[in-house]
Amino acid sequence: MFRRTKGGGVSAWLSPGEATLLRTLVVPVMELLNDPARPAPPAEPAPGGTATSDDLFADLEKMFNEAAAEPPEAPADPVLARLLPDAYQDDPEAAGEFRKYTESSLREAKKYFAQTLLETLPPKGGRVKLTAEQARDWLRALNDVRLMFGVRLEVTEDFEEQLTSLDPKDPRVAAFQVYGWLGEVQESLVRAIAR
Amino acid sequence: MSVAPAEVDLPWSADEVTPEKPWLTIVWNDPINLMSYVTYVFEHVFGYPRPKAEKLMLDVHHKGKAVVASGTREAMERNVEVLHGYGLWATVRQDT
Repeated sequence: MFRRTKGGGVSAWLSPGEATLLRTLVVPVMELLNDPARPAPPAEPAPGGTATSDDLFADLEKMFNEAAAEPPEAPADPVLARLLPDAYQDDPEAAGEFRKYTESSLREAKKYFAQTLLETLPPKGGRVKLTAEQARDWLRALNDVRLMFGVRLEVTEDFEEQLTSLDPKDPRVAAFQVYGWLGEVQESLVRAIAR
Repeated sequence: MSVAPAEVDLPWSADEVTPEKPWLTIVWNDPINLMSYVTYVFEHVFGYPRPKAEKLMLDVHHKGKAVVASGTREAMERNVEVLHGYGLWATVRQDT
């Protein structure tokens, strides 16, 4: 699928169905990563185009309030808890402190990787060409989609056995097949990048 | 301009001069991440040669977890942040 190109990039050919499927799978990950407690700032710049001192004081006040706030706990949603895991296993206080200062930027980073994938994906399929940096964003975005599926489907390391043991009419069969396909795409991308 | 403070005797105790135990970056096994991907991440993030990256990946896979780096707490926290960006399940702790 993915092949290395001159200059360290990679390329692959995607069918229209594959391109649509990837887009359909990445969008919910991005939505999941939107933090309800920190809505995205309005895209419109302030009148006159420059920030006022009121904005500055509001930002500073927000920073101080965030610093004083209770450290956040791990997300209740198991997929989000896997995408944004605790950095300390047996130390909730340290885990909360770490999360307070890093979770927001981790969410933004993951959304950025997903955005790179969406922006470089040919809408109707065809040739996808990626620089080495874009390929690393794809790897991480694909991995987050696989984590979402894997957690929701409760996959084990023997996921193919799980798939074959399902009743063919089980609604999860399609999701398991998509999960398997995502693994193949990611595997081919890793192999193309890693010499 | 300011005046240098007068020297005072600081109450150093024996255990305060004991060097701190290093901090560790630990990666945990999970059934989702591909073995090839985890190896790639160790190579790319830590600059480890392929054989070392593969050995660490196999340690994670077979033993359930592996120490992948050690150093200051700040450096290990930065590692964990990067590894979380790659979707690896990583934690920090002090060596015992």
